[in-house]
Amino acid sequence: MKILVPCKRVPNPEQKLKFAGTGLDLSNPGWQVNPFDEYAVEAALRLTEKGKGGERSGEVVLVAIGPKDATQQVRGLLAMGADRAILVDGQDQELDANAVAQILAAVVAAEKPDAVIMGKQTVDGDSNQVGQLLAGYLGWPQATFLATLTLAADGKSALGTREVDAGVEEKRVPLPAVLTVDLRIIGKKSVHNLALVGADAEWEEGPRYAALKGIMAAKKKEVKEVTAASLGASPQVLVKHVSHTAPPSRRAGVKVASVEELVSKLRNEAKVL
Amino acid sequence: MSVLVYLETTESTVRSASLSAVTAARELAKHRPGPLVGVVIGAGVTAAAAEAAKYVDKVLVYDAPTLQAPLAETYAPVMVQALKAAGADALVACATSTGKDVLPRAAALLGAGMASEISGVDGAAKFRRPTYAGNAISTVEVGTPTVVVSVRQTAFEAAAPAANAGAVESQSVPALDAKGAAFVALHASKSERPDLADASIVVSGGRGMKSTENFKLLEQLTDQLGGALGASRAAADAGMVPNDLQVGQTGKVVAPKLYIAVAISGAIQHLAGMKNSKVIVAINKDAEAPIFQVADYGLVADWEKAIPALMAELKK
Repeated sequence: MKILVPCKRVPNPEQKLKFAGTGLDLSNPGWQVNPFDEYAVEAALRLTEKGKGGERSGEVVLVAIGPKDATQQVRGLLAMGADRAILVDGQDQELDANAVAQILAAVVAAEKPDAVIMGKQTVDGDSNQVGQLLAGYLGWPQATFLATLTLAADGKSALGTREVDAGVEEKRVPLPAVLTVDLRIIGKKSVHNLALVGADAEWEEGPRYAALKGIMAAKKKEVKEVTAASLGASPQVLVKHVSHTAPPSRRAGVKVASVEELVSKLRNEAKVL
Repeated sequence: MSVLVYLETTESTVRSASLSAVTAARELAKHRPGPLVGVVIGAGVTAAAAEAAKYVDKVLVYDAPTLQAPLAETYAPVMVQALKAAGADALVACATSTGKDVLPRAAALLGAGMASEISGVDGAAKFRRPTYAGNAISTVEVGTPTVVVSVRQTAFEAAAPAANAGAVESQSVPALDAKGAAFVALHASKSERPDLADASIVVSGGRGMKSTENFKLLEQLTDQLGGALGASRAAADAGMVPNDLQVGQTGKVVAPKLYIAVAISGAIQHLAGMKNSKVIVAINKDAEAPIFQVADYGLVADWEKAIPALMAELKK
């Protein structure tokens, strides 16, 4: 089982966003890995090990698109346990979802993974497109926004549960497929590869921390630097950012002293009751 | 130039989320003059298609047993087919779970640029959309002749029916290749309450509620107000409530008339899902909680005391 996990660095989402004119000031962004991509790496690792802390069986290959200093975030994911990485040279802020999907399609053609597992969206652009675009370009089936993921014992298909508006949907796709993950994928019993573990196998909740041993090992792991052109891709940016502005801020509210005052304000001032 | 809008249906009605997409499509049609065409996809959707026709000039219907479940693998090519049949060059749908899943795949098939979850239409190919968990509003321009747009429901009012209902045109369903994907089951969430996205009042609880048992009190308040129940990610992650009640950047985005946040600290992630509510009330025992910075009315109090008192006061 070979799993390709695309990952992206994003500005620290807890940090206040700074604006410069009609653009963003990303001079000190506090880059970190997109949380959903970290979850995807965790899911991929669980699918390629014989239970929690068990022997590895399979390969997890990371692919990032960015300048050379994005290697730092990639090393962090290698320290979690991913096997090797591909860094495609590019200015991530200048690409759109389409260009990213086209580059990833070229990486898939070169690597021929059994599955692509990735975050459902990045928390900067919030577009939620790349996985679906990639599946469309590859002509592969897709299972998006997965809360749980089970690989069949024969390794030929995946069963996922997806949180949809009407409830929880179960969808089965043959492999290879594009699988995008949601928050719940890092639950204790969310991910199972039935070729390696029983259906009740459990992991620690959350993405795993990199142990010192992993951090040391990550330094020696391969990060292969390539270009889109060397992959045979000619990515097209179809959507351009014209400007970024701060949203209108809410006016400061008031503190009320009691429940009585609250209800009175809601009835007489805000008139919402 | 004209616009095609995908109308999601449930049994014999159009989902209210799609009525917001109609509003956005009508705005886009001002920049792309031509008939506004709707598309309805599913199995046994005749009645729903008649309902959909009230909102558009014409509705194209793709009705087949194989289209029962909204698989991206089959729905995306049907939308592409509909776009051609309509002679349209803009595809619009609400960013529901189906819209989010299917639209980018359709964009790939079309080689078209897509703007996700738009909150405003500024031109034939120019849109505003929230990014960075709603901390920025980005203006984007789609550079392809055909544009694909998903719409944030809370940013557009639900459309009213047009003066005259449009024609309903049944279309032949093209040969479908699901790429082996199969819908297995839907475990529908059962609730007597209104949908979170549609409710005019939302009561949400956070980590401070501590347990499922305690959420029952919020349910009582919710029902007394005729609202919908929501929760922060922390409460959903802790298993106090089902995940589909989560409000936030990665959950549901709501903008009700009144949002009551109880024992919610106000993480950026949560604010992204509710800060466009008309009136926000925060009840939290921590006077420094960030939620108070967006609340119109803040009450520093323990929920254990405040909620029963609030329910009693509301009865007066």
